[in-house]
Amino acid sequence: MWRVMVPDRLDTLPRHRRALIAAIDWTRLADPEARRLRELGFDEGVGVEVLHRASIGGGPIACRIGRMTVALRRAVAASIHVAPLAG
Amino acid sequence: MHAAPLVALVGNPNAGKSALFNALTGARQKVGNYPGVTVERHSGRMVLDDGRPIELVDLPGAYSLDPSSPDERVTRDVVTGRGGFERLPDALVVVVDAANLDNHLRFTLQLIALGVPVIVALNMIDLAERDGLVLDPAVLERELGVPVVSTVAVRRRGLDELRAKLSPLLGGHPVPAVDRVEENIVVLQRRARTIAAAATVSETPARRWAHWLDAVALHPVVGPLLLVAILFVMFQAVFSWAATPADMIDVAFGGLEGWVRETAPDGFWRSLVTDGLIAGVGAVIVFLPQILILFLFILVLEASGYMVRAAFLMDRLMATVGLSGRAFIPLLSSFACAVPGIMATRTIEDEKDRLTTILIAPLMTCSARWPVYTLIIGAMIPNIQVLPFVRLQGLVMFGLLVMGVAGAYVAALLLRRTVTKGASSGFMMEMPKYQWPRWQDIGIGLWTRAMIFLKRAGTIIAATTVVLWLLLSFPKPPPGSNISPVDYSIAGRIGNGIETVVAPIGFNRDIALALLPAMAAREVAVSAIGTVYAIDDAEGESGTRAISDRLRGRWSLPTALAFLMWFVFAPQCISTIAVTRRETNGWKWPAFMVGYLFVAAYVMAGATYWLAVAVGL
Repeated sequence: MWRVMVPDRLDTLPRHRRALIAAIDWTRLADPEARRLRELGFDEGVGVEVLHRASIGGGPIACRIGRMTVALRRAVAASIHVAPLAG
Repeated sequence: MHAAPLVALVGNPNAGKSALFNALTGARQKVGNYPGVTVERHSGRMVLDDGRPIELVDLPGAYSLDPSSPDERVTRDVVTGRGGFERLPDALVVVVDAANLDNHLRFTLQLIALGVPVIVALNMIDLAERDGLVLDPAVLERELGVPVVSTVAVRRRGLDELRAKLSPLLGGHPVPAVDRVEENIVVLQRRARTIAAAATVSETPARRWAHWLDAVALHPVVGPLLLVAILFVMFQAVFSWAATPADMIDVAFGGLEGWVRETAPDGFWRSLVTDGLIAGVGAVIVFLPQILILFLFILVLEASGYMVRAAFLMDRLMATVGLSGRAFIPLLSSFACAVPGIMATRTIEDEKDRLTTILIAPLMTCSARWPVYTLIIGAMIPNIQVLPFVRLQGLVMFGLLVMGVAGAYVAALLLRRTVTKGASSGFMMEMPKYQWPRWQDIGIGLWTRAMIFLKRAGTIIAATTVVLWLLLSFPKPPPGSNISPVDYSIAGRIGNGIETVVAPIGFNRDIALALLPAMAAREVAVSAIGTVYAIDDAEGESGTRAISDRLRGRWSLPTALAFLMWFVFAPQCISTIAVTRRETNGWKWPAFMVGYLFVAAYVMAGATYWLAVAVGL
């Protein structure tokens, strides 16, 4: 059985740790950013996983959402709260 | 009335729309522009089984009917019958990536709700199957209420069925579109997910090999090194692969010139054709191989899916000047030509970000500069070995390239703090699947670029060269006068005027003369210098080698270096100015761009000249 752990943020989620999006803090995002995020399928309850980080430090991250790979900046990822799934 | 019904291909980015478009229309397609906007309009003809011709138009990829960039706006306007630059399509072919139904079905639901007849092409079904995804198109058809056809555009699979199912949709009167449809993306997205889940028979985790590729391509250390290596190979190839075909073109034009010289009687017309037209146009067409090789790389990088990875790697660096990784793609294209580069900025959502990218795009070393650089470096810089595998000529060439990038970096930094000030824009992009580029699609892309280039050489460049030749040839000095023909001509007098302005930065009259026609296109500078010398010395041989010999006699090294530096910055390209005007809807920004770049060119060329003189070069 999956066990849901304490909420975490997407920017700090370890690589390849599967998680569910617990909440998205839309107020922290600019309108076009929020809309594009929705269009790319970010929504509460959707599975997400960090695949790559561009560089040590502030580069963007690439994450899997649905069957897509999406690149986004850490500041945006920081507004996505996730609940890691542990086996 | 239009005879043929209009069918539009719509869908998310990366759904394989263009491949399907190419598969359905083959070579019967044309690339144009939507009136009033610079978004390219790809249209073509196809014939239904009953013999009815239809016009197919490939709309820019979009995520929803709520546009966030100029090209998405075109898609929205066409499918809703707004904008007035396109008639309402009689039917829509909605292209969805079979492996990404969750996301693509949301836009499909919006499109179906418009009321225009819709057929769904469940594209790239083979890749979905390879990823372990088994879908049931019948369920999808039932849930969506529209015909669904499985297709593999790149392998021409499912096209007959698509045509057959499209046929009955056409013939009715165009349905007036519903103006607004479901606004709430989240609601639509949830419905899309439900339908996708229902249509999925079985699924296993996706694309291991792609993850492995990305683990290398996006690695924090290996990734950037790989990108630098790819760019290095690209620029290296441009010079080494192009040498042979360029020589062949040079020989062909030389032969043509010789043939005209032998067959036509000496006089005005022969001189116009040989010294003006053939020499001028030939000097430019020689660079067609280089341009095509560069575009080949860019098209392959785009088609394979790597380009977005490059943008990902570059985002950090671009962020330091207030841009995003997305700007890297148009800037890389600008190394071939700033015009398609500036047009490619339309995918940048943030207005200030886009404007900054447009303003710095002309600083990328476009292919029109190479004729100038190659000629001057070849003539003036000794080709000595400075390091193992590194020769001085190549090093200077590379230095000029770096100078342009550094100039762009500084310009972006300054612009983002002054005229294009604004909140730092974000970076959010879908990373397309890796795939082998289809050579037919690359071929079509190269063909289009070659035609644009040749048309330019045949019109703008031919015309300026001929006009310059005329201005240089008349009036003729009186017999027995010791004034050179060039000094006596109209152009010579204009050149002497310009010379007073550019003399402080080390430019001579020949350069002053070349600068004016080079406003049309930079590469004209080469043919202009050639024409000046051909007329000055009617006895001498013509061709690139002859120009080099004369340059060595007349130019000092500081002058040559200043001239090179001038071309790093100077905005000498009518096409770039025109496309900037179109993209920014007015003269304000092109005027600003021309102004700041000329000032930079003057200052940098002057600094180079005086520095070179000071160190005794």
